[in-house]
Amino acid sequence: MSIEENKNSSVDLKRRRILTGATGVVGAAGATFLAVPFVSSWQPSEKAKAAGAPVNADISKLQPGQMLTVEWRGKPVWIVRRTPEMLAALPKLDEELRDPASSESDQPQYCQNATRAVKEEYLVVVGVCTHLGCAPLYRPAIGSPDVGEDWQGGFFCPCHGSRFDLAGRVFKAVPAPTNLEIPPYHFVTDSIVRIGEGPAQGGVA
Amino acid sequence: MAEHKKFEAKNGTVLGWFDRRYPLVSTWNEHVGEYYAPKNFNFWYFFGSLALLVLVNQFVTGIWLTMSYKPSAAEAFNSVEYIMRDVEWGWLIRYMHSTGASAFFIVIYLHMMRGLMYGSYKEPRELVWIIGMLLFLVLMAEAFMGYLLPWGQMSYWGAQVIISLFGAIPLVGPDLALWVRGDYIISDATLNRFFALHVIALPLVLLILVFMHIVALHKVGSNNPDGIEIKKVKNNQGLPKDGIPFHPYYSVKDSMGAVFFAIPFALIVFYWPEGGGFFIEPPNFEPANPLKTPEHIAPVWYFTPFYAILRAVPDKFLGVVAMGAAIMFLFAMPWLDRCKVRSIRYRGLSFKLLLAMFVISFIILGYLGTQPATATLTLLAQIFTATYFLFFLILPYTSAREKTKPVPERVR
Repeated sequence: MSIEENKNSSVDLKRRRILTGATGVVGAAGATFLAVPFVSSWQPSEKAKAAGAPVNADISKLQPGQMLTVEWRGKPVWIVRRTPEMLAALPKLDEELRDPASSESDQPQYCQNATRAVKEEYLVVVGVCTHLGCAPLYRPAIGSPDVGEDWQGGFFCPCHGSRFDLAGRVFKAVPAPTNLEIPPYHFVTDSIVRIGEGPAQGGVA
Repeated sequence: MAEHKKFEAKNGTVLGWFDRRYPLVSTWNEHVGEYYAPKNFNFWYFFGSLALLVLVNQFVTGIWLTMSYKPSAAEAFNSVEYIMRDVEWGWLIRYMHSTGASAFFIVIYLHMMRGLMYGSYKEPRELVWIIGMLLFLVLMAEAFMGYLLPWGQMSYWGAQVIISLFGAIPLVGPDLALWVRGDYIISDATLNRFFALHVIALPLVLLILVFMHIVALHKVGSNNPDGIEIKKVKNNQGLPKDGIPFHPYYSVKDSMGAVFFAIPFALIVFYWPEGGGFFIEPPNFEPANPLKTPEHIAPVWYFTPFYAILRAVPDKFLGVVAMGAAIMFLFAMPWLDRCKVRSIRYRGLSFKLLLAMFVISFIILGYLGTQPATATLTLLAQIFTATYFLFFLILPYTSAREKTKPVPERVR
């Protein structure tokens, strides 16, 4: 059809609308599918996931009160061997804590208890402040000079002043919203902790 | 004023050949040669063209830096040192880029201040303002991603803090943060994608937005320190009586401004490139270490007002919301300010006081954001966060019933 003829015949608007609509719908569906690879390619790669595999830590040489740092998924994981005095002091702090029962915090089911641990002597915790991801400092001594006289021992974040007790539980009126995260872990033997993997189904930690 | 000679392309000339195939002369005339701007532009009107100049500086130095920079976690830090020590003139190009980043924000903040003072966001320039605010947002993203690239301690931990902000969003937060990082921590994957965004994606967006910003401005015409619409009073040729063509009047003025800007810029690049730890922070001379947090994390100075607002709110998610709102309220300025008079020169006392309160709050928050969060400083940050937001909350009421001075017909 030449342009001359087209001028005389009326334009089929309905047909144009259907074509535009159909193209739009099919195009949108196609664009959605097309977006998948682009969005997904930002997810962690297989390599990154493999690097996030569990790690073992030997705790046989850890003395009471000492802390050991191991790296898991590029994050520091602390293992603290708590003394009986430290454990005894924990329940006394409940009043001053934001989430003493860890109901709002990240931990595996089997660690949601008073000491936030599989074996109460050993605290295994991710050493990353739940506020903005800084690394808090281990300040086990009572009345540590940089934290304060009434300090009962725990972790202190130098970035924004968040405080946690020796079970990684956050104090009230600090910026961190929740307790320190407990990673999944279990004891392979009495002296080996495996971080990144919970106890096997039905097995005892 | 001398009669303006119209710029035309004659047939038979090289220009004429091109002009019949490409709208050279008409584009030039519309945006430069016959773009009539108010004749009363003052000091504050330098910063638009200066922002363009700094943008060019960032593009050129940035392209040269990518020639020697290696965007990988293993090599990034050393490649920056290589640029600084071994590449011919590499130190100069890098310092021009790092100083340029700070200069960009100085210029942009002053440019925005001009808009607030003279009501340049008001009808019919709302879109000029909104596109400008989008530019500001993209510029912040661009600067943030660029700061990760040297892979120093502050690069790393600053990014850690900012990306974990996404984690504060309920439900999708942690997955979103993981998606942005592409790993469980800030890693090689994060660095690589930030590099791609910093050198390709965001500069492209910036360029498009700058183009739109200028197109929108030239559609509605420039505001001026008197806040008068110069198009209202025209001569017998239909040209605004208070307008002068951008070229040669403002092209000359802006070139002079560029030279005045270039002198302190060069002095800083040569003698004070670290800007006392504000332009390049000391911990960034140490390679990134995921297991060791610097004692005190502070973002680069141009983010500190917003960072102070984030820290002032005790709740993490609400802190993120407040920080976002601090920027979003600015977008709404054309509608929050209900006064018909544009320029601060003819506005009432209430606006002058409010604007002063806003600027002082912004500057003090900027200072507080650089300091460690002690109890006293946090309290101060909370007070000035409140006054920052009060500006936006009070303004709609006071501006609607403001006692203004009469606005003259013609510019002074």
